[in-house]
Amino acid sequence: MSQPIPLSPPAQPTTRAQRAAARSRRRRRSLVVSGISTVVVIGGLATFILTSPGWPAVKQTFFSVSAFTSSFSSVLSGFWLDVKLFLIVEVVVLIVGLLIALVRTVRVPALFPVRMLAIVYVDVMRGVPTILVVYLIGFGVPALQLKGVPTGAAVLGGAALALCYSAYVSEVFRAGIESVHPSQAAAGLALGLTRWQALRFVIVPQAVRRVAPPLLNDFISLQKDVALVSILGPEEAFRAAQVFAASTFNYTPLIAAALLYLCVTIPLTRIVDHMQARAMRERGGALALGIR
Amino acid sequence: MTKSYDAQPVLKGIDLQVGEHEAIALIGASGSGKSTLLRCIDLLEEIDDGDIYLDGECITVPGLNPVPIRRRLGLVFQSFNLFPHMSVIENVVLGAVKAQRMPRSDAQERGISLLERFGLADRRADYPDKLSGGQQQRVAIARALVTNPRALLLDEVTSALDPELVGEVLAVIRGLKQEGMTMIIATHEMTFASEVADLVCFLESGRIVESGPPQQLFSAPARAETQRFLARVLTARG
Repeated sequence: MSQPIPLSPPAQPTTRAQRAAARSRRRRRSLVVSGISTVVVIGGLATFILTSPGWPAVKQTFFSVSAFTSSFSSVLSGFWLDVKLFLIVEVVVLIVGLLIALVRTVRVPALFPVRMLAIVYVDVMRGVPTILVVYLIGFGVPALQLKGVPTGAAVLGGAALALCYSAYVSEVFRAGIESVHPSQAAAGLALGLTRWQALRFVIVPQAVRRVAPPLLNDFISLQKDVALVSILGPEEAFRAAQVFAASTFNYTPLIAAALLYLCVTIPLTRIVDHMQARAMRERGGALALGIR
Repeated sequence: MTKSYDAQPVLKGIDLQVGEHEAIALIGASGSGKSTLLRCIDLLEEIDDGDIYLDGECITVPGLNPVPIRRRLGLVFQSFNLFPHMSVIENVVLGAVKAQRMPRSDAQERGISLLERFGLADRRADYPDKLSGGQQQRVAIARALVTNPRALLLDEVTSALDPELVGEVLAVIRGLKQEGMTMIIATHEMTFASEVADLVCFLESGRIVESGPPQQLFSAPARAETQRFLARVLTARG
């Protein structure tokens, strides 16, 4: 046994005021340090870029105010197509993704071939670059010359994105379904629910709540990947910016398109962060990090 | 009847009869097969050899749909297993509405009267995580009762509770016994078992070693295994 460390108690018991003073000293010091550090890092970066030899030229081709104002309306109307595509594809992906996840979870003999197909589909779509799928669907499907199948570039591009993202999202849903403890299913069955009812009323609602943050993450990435549809020709934001840049040799419209994307993706990201933080709090996990 | 998980035998020949309005207590160490027996009776597990009868009807015929049978039995779990995404009243009525196809208003009415009886009517809109363990377990019992089961299977319903919350759950079960509910109760509460049960069965490694009326089994156990178990449990209580 080691000797206990002798403690020398302060002459007077420490008061609440003394502790508060120490706390505010600590807070002031960390404010000052973070302020200085920010100025040094940001200032350094800015100086580094602004004093680079090519900066005046870059400023002219990427940050031209006149090019920005003259191209903005066509980029914005292109972006409207992005938003529409995103919203429609997102709804399709949610439905198809959940269906595939259910097919892969339910063990019904009649669904065996569907389950096999679902596995192959998910493996293939997750393993192929999205841009390739967009190409193949966008140029391959019209070449089949099928009657009644739409050939619009935006429709086919959207379909290609839905195919890819449904595969990702189905895996997110499946992970959620499998994360619900088996005792929940047992409780449902014990009430006399059928397997399907237990899934529908007990398992899936809990699974969907759990996977909401990762789902939103996939949607942020879908929102950006909508730009891939541009390779098929429809004039969405990126395409509109490219067209403008090609005719004027000024790339400012690309910056305008980037800003428009950020206007959607940053708020979405914040929502995800907020949801994740809340989920963490509900599980009591944030406490460990909240200690100073 | 017998039951194995893979090659591991869990129940090695259980022979048990429960009469109407009877309460049977299953006692025995953890792993003796009490929970498995209850899960087998509710057809959550498939048994290997033997048969189980409910109201004279064999419910373990191979290929029989277990769902309608489960609707005639109620099972309450050690860890409550309430549905966390539903309020208390939604938990209670789900089985009645979806499994029994009872009209929602009837189910609601029945659910509320059960909650009132268990002193939980004012908590009906709360979610399970806002309730104490004892309250959650009383909700779970209400949930199992809402469909008017022929028998109630209680799987160590007080084992996950803080000691001061055990009493409120036992009081509920005592009330059910007085009403004549048929029950099979797996429990570690020996005093409670001796008070409520008509018959106490002592299980050890998948067998009913000894069974008898509580006075006899607790005061004069015939088998050495039972004596050992009771001595261990009662000294642990101090």
